[in-house]
Amino acid sequence: MSDRSAVSVLDTPNSYIGRSVSRPNAKRLAQGRATYVDDIMLPRMVHLAFCRSPYAHAEILSIDGTAALALPGVLRVVTMADLQDYCTPWVGVLDHLKGIKSAPQWPLANGKVFFQGEPVVAIVASNRAIAEDAADLIEVDYKELPPVTDAETALDPDTPVIHPELGDNLCFERSIDSGDVDAAFASAAVVVEESFHFNRHTAVTLEPRSIICDYNPADENLTLHMSVQCPHMSKHLYAKHLGLDENKVRVICKDIGGSFGLKIHTYSDEMAAGALTVMLGRPVKFIADRLESFVTDIHARDHRVTAKMAFAQDGEVTAVEMDDITGIGPYSVYPRSSGIEMNQVVNLTAGPYKHLNYRVRARAVFQNKGVMCQYRGVGHPIAVAVGEALVDKGAAALGMDPAEVRRRSFIPDDAYPYTSPSGAIYERQSHRQSLDKLVTIMDYEGLRREQRALRERGVYRGIGFASLIEVTNPSPAFYGVGGARIASQDGCTIRLDPTGGITCATGVTEQGQGTETIIAQIAASAVGVAPGQVRVITGDTDVVPYGGGTWASRGAGIGGEAALQAGKELRRNILEVAGAILQTAPENLDVRDGMIVDAKGFNERMPLAELGRLVYFRGDTLPDGLQPELVATKHYVSRSYPFAFTNAAHACLAEVDVETGLVSLLKYWVVEDCGTVINPLLVAEQTRGGVVQGIGAALYEECLYSPEGQMINGSMADYLVPMAAEMPEIYVDHVTTPTETSELGAKGVGEAGTAGAPGAVMNAINDALEPFDTRLSHMPFTPDKILRALGKT
Amino acid sequence: MKPHAFDYVRATSLQDIFGVLDKHGDDAKILAGGQSLVPAMNMRLAAPRVIVDVNAIEALHGIAVVGDMLRIGAMTRYVEIAASDLVARHAPLIVRAVPFIAHAAIRNRGTFGGSLCNADPASELPACVLAERAVFNISSSTGERSVAANDFFLGTYTTALEPTEVLLSVDVPLSGPDSRYFFDEVARRQGDYAMAGLAARAEVRGGVLVDARLVFFAVSDMPLMVSATAALLEGQAPGSVDAEAICEALIQNVTPQQDLTTSSVTKEHLMKVLTRRAIAAFAREEA
Repeated sequence: MSDRSAVSVLDTPNSYIGRSVSRPNAKRLAQGRATYVDDIMLPRMVHLAFCRSPYAHAEILSIDGTAALALPGVLRVVTMADLQDYCTPWVGVLDHLKGIKSAPQWPLANGKVFFQGEPVVAIVASNRAIAEDAADLIEVDYKELPPVTDAETALDPDTPVIHPELGDNLCFERSIDSGDVDAAFASAAVVVEESFHFNRHTAVTLEPRSIICDYNPADENLTLHMSVQCPHMSKHLYAKHLGLDENKVRVICKDIGGSFGLKIHTYSDEMAAGALTVMLGRPVKFIADRLESFVTDIHARDHRVTAKMAFAQDGEVTAVEMDDITGIGPYSVYPRSSGIEMNQVVNLTAGPYKHLNYRVRARAVFQNKGVMCQYRGVGHPIAVAVGEALVDKGAAALGMDPAEVRRRSFIPDDAYPYTSPSGAIYERQSHRQSLDKLVTIMDYEGLRREQRALRERGVYRGIGFASLIEVTNPSPAFYGVGGARIASQDGCTIRLDPTGGITCATGVTEQGQGTETIIAQIAASAVGVAPGQVRVITGDTDVVPYGGGTWASRGAGIGGEAALQAGKELRRNILEVAGAILQTAPENLDVRDGMIVDAKGFNERMPLAELGRLVYFRGDTLPDGLQPELVATKHYVSRSYPFAFTNAAHACLAEVDVETGLVSLLKYWVVEDCGTVINPLLVAEQTRGGVVQGIGAALYEECLYSPEGQMINGSMADYLVPMAAEMPEIYVDHVTTPTETSELGAKGVGEAGTAGAPGAVMNAINDALEPFDTRLSHMPFTPDKILRALGKT
Repeated sequence: MKPHAFDYVRATSLQDIFGVLDKHGDDAKILAGGQSLVPAMNMRLAAPRVIVDVNAIEALHGIAVVGDMLRIGAMTRYVEIAASDLVARHAPLIVRAVPFIAHAAIRNRGTFGGSLCNADPASELPACVLAERAVFNISSSTGERSVAANDFFLGTYTTALEPTEVLLSVDVPLSGPDSRYFFDEVARRQGDYAMAGLAARAEVRGGVLVDARLVFFAVSDMPLMVSATAALLEGQAPGSVDAEAICEALIQNVTPQQDLTTSSVTKEHLMKVLTRRAIAAFAREEA
């Protein structure tokens, strides 16, 4: 598939690939002139609020909405009984996750509630404040049921079964036993073991989940203004469950204020808005507020892991064994399931290393807490932190340098393609090269000297490494083979306009990460215009080619390749027309900076605007038999490998105040290899943002639940997100190993920062505390836990 | 997160305030900087029927020396305190506390009096005014009264202020050449509620500490003055205090309240850390 001839647009002198082009949409966002869903006001629009369950597990005995309905401004007070005819239930399972099971979900609670915050009654009113007033007036009589909150005891025989029809609280289990694990551990020079807690946390997007559902009963069209990452998936799901013709559903996503995987799932309250617009024939707006978001947005992680690693005397990793249990809330989330996170842990733990003996068991269990599902990094932070902590612990036991143990254990850079013991196929990675570059740019030896000197003065600094792989550019192996209608292919339609400008419609989406910028860079380079001449359209299912949107770090690698191929096709079409007009062979011409030029010598022959004028308005002057096609559409799906694996090497320098237990992160370095770098600035920003979210997991973020299943820190005052003042300088550098699966050669980069940072921070803290003979492995690393580990409390 | 419906009154005189408070009592709330009240209303944790906005009342603003006291108007904003030469000279403890209060946007809007009347046990300023032995000047339609800081704070979000009363200003005894101050807190992020904090003041006369006051915050349901422990500092040379003995005495007398992520025993440890730092600071300032 690869086309790396001299004419590749990646190499041309006027290519914009690899340049730090600034974002054309940044000004709009900075000036507050973006259009988020909540900015949209439609005629006759009504507003939605919910009466939500205060209990984690209860039976609904009765609902009295009389007082609420009597409030002026209230249009409807609706329970599930009222919505039965408007919406079918959904079940979050995938065919290829063998044995996964879940219970049906409806837009509103159907007789029972299974987590605090589950919507029970929907109130439609003329504004949100009145709807909230009405929600306070609704009387629901509950019979409390015993809540199941502890994942580790969810499978015990005496624990109540949350969904009795499922038989037990096990959602999904998967095991691998590869090589001869027992023999490898028996003959190991060193074996280290650790138990880990990975805290439940959540995405906290600046823009909360938002939707306006607008059903027109006259033409039976449903328009959804949504804050989602995958418009075509939403189009399908709303059509399917509301019983509408999919052709009559349009999803529009204008600006999106962050997503991080939060906005690829089906949420009851949003589906309720869909059912209600069909019921009422009026636009219905629902904007989740921050308090609702904390208890109803998907949560992430929540793993308990025990793991051990075997080493040969020379430091080489020889075997890994682990057991993971993860609490996913009461449902597997639809349509991607809550089994994927756990599946990634199974597939990727200790992934950079060439050990062949691997035994892992993982289980996802139901519990009466908020639902857990895919969030930036999906399983990777667990897989990375477990593997990297054990490598560090093993290095300490062997008396070896942790960087050296990694070097000896990596899959060698020349050993690719490589099949991991979990069956993952790696095309090509650069672990050794990336780590070597990392230790150089961070001045590793200098830091070790400084560390020793400072310890003499009672200052405790630590250096933590994390090498990682990240699944990107997914093929249909991710969801399509499991029966979910989530496109792994994506498309791009590109058009030359009469003025010489380019309009480019892509199936991948923009939610703040810069997708539109890189698509413009690629299209501009492929056609031969400046990026400023490219208008990029995303997020409208009536306009853009059918595609998967943005998830699993696929925007650049998949959407970018489609844009490249569409741009090249348009350029060929333009040159065919230009050749006919200029009476020369197309191969004698080229397009540069909006101008038809001679391929040799670059003499200017004709502006694109002139070509556009002739084609669109003076077709009478064109040669007979020439039908110009100034629109091109191309699609791309990754086929030769199921995934393109990005890799990276992280390092963190942390200082622990052993008096207060506070951790200061002083510096952070990332050498990443996402293949072709389209925009170094955006790759660095994605990496930094990802690292910051990973730091959040390691130090700050945790959804705290009471034993009764109440989330007790669901506000921005009590739930700590990482903030600028505490963040270290994050240095980003690159090793470039393009994927051969596409001409563009780009792999994804959106999640790798989040994957590596928790492990790197954990290792840095443990390295800092090495003189105290203690280790921490239960995130987040609060002063409380650190002081306890130090024996100070 | 929409508040219940409420009426809004923009007061332009103290009489305006009294009129609303006398009529509505507990159903009315004074809006100062709004940095606690407005979020509480949006979260429906507070649902006053009437809001009295006192921002326009000149009498509540301003910083001035009155006799041997520094008078700080209730509506003085944190950012004004931070920039005030008068406060820096006469009440340095308060100036030291301001950078620890939340974030710049909140400090631009939030007020001195608002923080004191809100009486959040994790707030910095209530501890400072206790350590300073400040006096609260309070007014209502029936007259004025003064309340010592020690009598003002009654519990979490609870003060001696009656529903019909308004805080006019706070008088802080002027700093003298012998005054020593310490302020610090331990928080997980800059601007967060502290895990534990300490505001302290002492005088050094004849080479020894006298009249020491240690006030902890974020460890109890209100700022916690540890008088018995502070009394142990009395008469000791600042450079030769047995800090460990003071710390031991401290935890004999106090059991801090845990919060969501910090246990009581951790808070106890941090109180000792802060106490040691205060003792060291008193000695350092002396040198």
